[in-house]
Amino acid sequence: MRKFSLPLASLIILAMLLSACGTPSGGEIVEVEVTRIVEVEVTTEGDIQVVNAPGYGEILARVQERGRVVCAGRTDLLGFGYLDDDGRNIGFDIDLCRAVAAAVLGDPEAIEIVPVTAAERGPVIQTGEVDLLSRNVTWTSSRDSQWGNFTITMFYDGQGYMVRADSGIKSQDDMDGASVCVTSGTTTEKNLAADFRERGLDFEAVIFEDTSSVYNAFFEGRCDVTTSDRSQLAAIQAGADNPADYMILPMIISKEPLTPVVPHGDDQWFDIVKLVMYALINAENPAYGPITQATVDDVLASDNIKGKTVLGVEGDWGYSSLGLDADALANALRAVGNYGEVYNRYMGPAGIAFTLPRGLNEHWTDGGLIYAPPIK
Amino acid sequence: MAAAQVISAIIVIGALIWIAVNVLEAAKLRGLSLGFDFINDPAGFPISESVIPYDDSYTFGTAFLVGLLNTLKVSIVGILLATILGTIVGLARLSTNWLVNKIALAYIELHRNVPLLVLLFIWYFAIFNKLPPAKGSLELPGPIYLNQRGLYLSWPRLTETGGVFAISLLVGLIVAIIVWIYLRRLRERSGRSTYFAGVSFAVMLVSAVLGLALSAWQPLWIDIPVFEGFNFTGGLRLTPEFGALLVGLVMYTAAFIAEVVRAGIQAVNLGQMEAAKAVGLKPMQTLGLVIIPQAMRVIIPPLISQTLNLTKNSSLALAIGYADLFNVGRIMINQAGRAVPVFSMVMVTYLVLSLITSLILNIYNRKIQISERSS
Amino acid sequence: MTDAGNTQPAPADIRPPSQLKPIVWVQRNLFNNWFNSVLTVLALGSIYFIGRAVLEWAFFTADWRPVTHNPILYLVGQYPRDQLWRVGASLLLVSFLTGMSWGKWKGIMRSFALLLGIGLAILGIIPAGGQLGSLAVRIFFLINLPAIYLGYLLGSRKFVTGGLVLAGWLLSFSLIPFLLRGTGEGTMLPTVETSMWGGLLVTLILAVGGILLSFPLGVLLALGRRSSLPVIKLFSIGFIEGIRGVPLVTILFMSSIILALFLPPELRIDRLVRALIGMTIFSAAYTAENVRGGLQAVPAGQIEAAKAVGLNNFQTTLFIVLPQALRAVIPAIVGQFISLFKDTTLVIIVAINELLNIGKSILQSDVEFLQLQFEVFIFVAAVFWVLSYLMSFASRRLETALGVGER
Repeated sequence: MRKFSLPLASLIILAMLLSACGTPSGGEIVEVEVTRIVEVEVTTEGDIQVVNAPGYGEILARVQERGRVVCAGRTDLLGFGYLDDDGRNIGFDIDLCRAVAAAVLGDPEAIEIVPVTAAERGPVIQTGEVDLLSRNVTWTSSRDSQWGNFTITMFYDGQGYMVRADSGIKSQDDMDGASVCVTSGTTTEKNLAADFRERGLDFEAVIFEDTSSVYNAFFEGRCDVTTSDRSQLAAIQAGADNPADYMILPMIISKEPLTPVVPHGDDQWFDIVKLVMYALINAENPAYGPITQATVDDVLASDNIKGKTVLGVEGDWGYSSLGLDADALANALRAVGNYGEVYNRYMGPAGIAFTLPRGLNEHWTDGGLIYAPPIK
Repeated sequence: MAAAQVISAIIVIGALIWIAVNVLEAAKLRGLSLGFDFINDPAGFPISESVIPYDDSYTFGTAFLVGLLNTLKVSIVGILLATILGTIVGLARLSTNWLVNKIALAYIELHRNVPLLVLLFIWYFAIFNKLPPAKGSLELPGPIYLNQRGLYLSWPRLTETGGVFAISLLVGLIVAIIVWIYLRRLRERSGRSTYFAGVSFAVMLVSAVLGLALSAWQPLWIDIPVFEGFNFTGGLRLTPEFGALLVGLVMYTAAFIAEVVRAGIQAVNLGQMEAAKAVGLKPMQTLGLVIIPQAMRVIIPPLISQTLNLTKNSSLALAIGYADLFNVGRIMINQAGRAVPVFSMVMVTYLVLSLITSLILNIYNRKIQISERSS
Repeated sequence: MTDAGNTQPAPADIRPPSQLKPIVWVQRNLFNNWFNSVLTVLALGSIYFIGRAVLEWAFFTADWRPVTHNPILYLVGQYPRDQLWRVGASLLLVSFLTGMSWGKWKGIMRSFALLLGIGLAILGIIPAGGQLGSLAVRIFFLINLPAIYLGYLLGSRKFVTGGLVLAGWLLSFSLIPFLLRGTGEGTMLPTVETSMWGGLLVTLILAVGGILLSFPLGVLLALGRRSSLPVIKLFSIGFIEGIRGVPLVTILFMSSIILALFLPPELRIDRLVRALIGMTIFSAAYTAENVRGGLQAVPAGQIEAAKAVGLNNFQTTLFIVLPQALRAVIPAIVGQFISLFKDTTLVIIVAINELLNIGKSILQSDVEFLQLQFEVFIFVAAVFWVLSYLMSFASRRLETALGVGER
């Protein structure tokens, strides 16, 4: 019996330690006290009362208490969410998360990126497990109704086809009977099926779980055609041994507005994320400065009223009613720069991931679709 | 004791009720639908291969069935091949040839110590995808074409009158089996020679000729694959996804079956063999009447769990793009947005498959055990 | 079955080849009849062709950059580089305890300790790129060697009992997660969320955590299956057979995604813990069956004897039946650990960056790596092969040492 007493004692201590993990400090299980305040007051004349829905303000309170913004992202898509040499998660989608963290907490590093698969994107935002879903999500009506609130489109993509340059394929009509590689669980495979059925064409779908498998199979020759968002096709083409051997066909068969998503039910958080995105977009506008990472202080010293409003030194852009600091947007811009800088960092002419012409993602003053309501 | 009965019942049942209540509440709160009404909606997504007609305009229910049939296809073929290969490797492990013995050992150690998922990736991307392209396929007599789009076989198919031939062949087979069993019993009882093999064979032959005549001597035609556009059309095609999954599963499971077979044969007492020789049995008779029946008793139970493992492991198909049950289920969850109903369908189907497999093999097992005892 | 004689166990010429003349050995073992001669020639031919192709590929064709560029990613994933000492400290603790176990139990633990030492020494001196090649990391690996030896010296002392060493192991297993995760911002150990953990670290945490946590659960289920209370018995049977009837991926999918959909919103469970829960309940069902086998092997006389000396049911189970049963199932549990270790690759479907998945992420970290899948898979396969081969080798030694393998 004595022989067993020591292990037994340590087992008990182990159990105690494990249960201690349940407290917030240890942290596997985080219990967050949720107080839902429903303020319903009868408005008397001349007195403006704000009536807030249940859930309002919950997420910001949670984020501030936790000291981190939790974003669903990915580590396996070059340009959008991937790993650098230090194992840090970087990319276009990740920078959007950093901007939000900088705005609400003043620290762009106060983020936690939770990698999720395509299949998990809906559940993690539906359950509010993450504060922000920034992982190439295409905005569709059914997702908008089921998953969460879609903020503002930050990347206009469209589905295209890539073929081998010597295959002689010029359009879908040349693809009858072809094998097509595609990712599963996305809008992409449905668009593909619809496009071929409408034209009465036959095809063999070769469907994979993850993007790298799709492109590997395509390069090996398993498929004649691969289809995906054109941004991804561009990245993949750039990575080919000889990019000139492949060709992205000019047609676009779908709209893929990639949009960050927040959970349903908290309008304050929804507004905050949208405002941060507006700021990134507007800061690129020459009328606002333009404000870049490097010129934030120059604009502060200048007399550009629009620019100074964004930076919080010229009137209230809405921060007081959202419970943020006046320099929230300034922090976001200091952290990641304006939209153009974020884009160019990864996909510009000297981008660290690959080069993709901005196309529809040009700022609206340059003829693109990137447009945001004014900050004032 | 009675108190313990009641308390345990209350705890278990209470926990189950608590879970059910929570599920319903959460479903209501999050607007999750628990209904199965979506089954008849069009699926809208393509599936790479199917044994029944399917395209994206078919329903979710059909899509699920396609996944199930694909799982069955790879499992049944896989179990057969894995048993054969496993037996060969198991015998090789007992070979007196040092080199063959060590190769078998290396094979087993290689497969038992690497995750199946990694092996499947290697099979698919490193072997099947590196085959020659469709335009430069390997051509084997038959003709059989092998390329990275799959294996294309010339395949006999029934003509319009072929059904008659198939039916008469089937009837002949059944009659032959009945005749075989009856005559064999008769011989065992009376000791007279009843020529059961010859008579059964004659029955088969007659039914085959009859069927041929009835189908106007044209029961079959050969479907030959032809290169057209991008791919071969016609013939019987095995896709590389199916091929890689099948080969991966078979090779992996065979490594485990080999150990089962080796242990089974080694379990047969050497004295049994000597005794068999002493009573004058020939080597083939020793093997068939003494060693195999006894080894089977040891082999069958672990073999059951290996075949079950193969069926369950086929769920890794999603990594290499084979549309099995789990893969299709996952896509359905994404496209229909009904995680809970789809997921419970997938789980229940796997459970039923497992139960059926173990039931069949258990019946077989019991039969072997009884016949052993009665002899 | 072409040659019935071939299926018999090898004739017992067990003298090692060195004691026979090589030519005689070759004759007896490779060319003793025409059938074996044909087999030998065929085998030699295929070894030559396959071996040549593999070597040519590995040394000339393959591009190993995704592996050599920054190998530390395979070890710890995204774990913050300025906090790596915490992983190092955990490793040190394990090394020390392995050393102690060696000192205490000798035999099998000696092989474990030596293998660990050799492995770490190799990691410490191989030329490597990225942070793995840095001096600090090398020193971290190399100081484990004296730690093992120190543990050995301590473990050899009389006053160190087996119970003490076991207690040390259990305590360190509960301490390590704390050390890795941290105690919160602003403290000595800033929080490192589990989403940042990755690579071999996560693979080992899932495998070790899964087997440790599933063990008590499995024992309970096995006892429950033999219980005289019908509800408990039915529940245990239903649980065990239900889990064993479905693939692990579906259980992981359930514990990670479906479970999250139904938890009350204020109760959020960490994603790595959810995957661990899935691994644990899966493993528990198999442990239960192993333990049941062990329970059945305990002779009925033992139980009757226990009853005769006046032990009640509970005491009989705890002090007589379980210790004997568990001893008999140790090899089976080790085998299960190996398969659980391999099964950790399946958490790829819930996007946890274990060894295989981090490899896939590395493929996406540079456009030039995108097409180098095969190199990464082969590397991952090799790591798994080496580790599980060593474990199964050790478990065979363990079986002989315990004398429970023979039936």
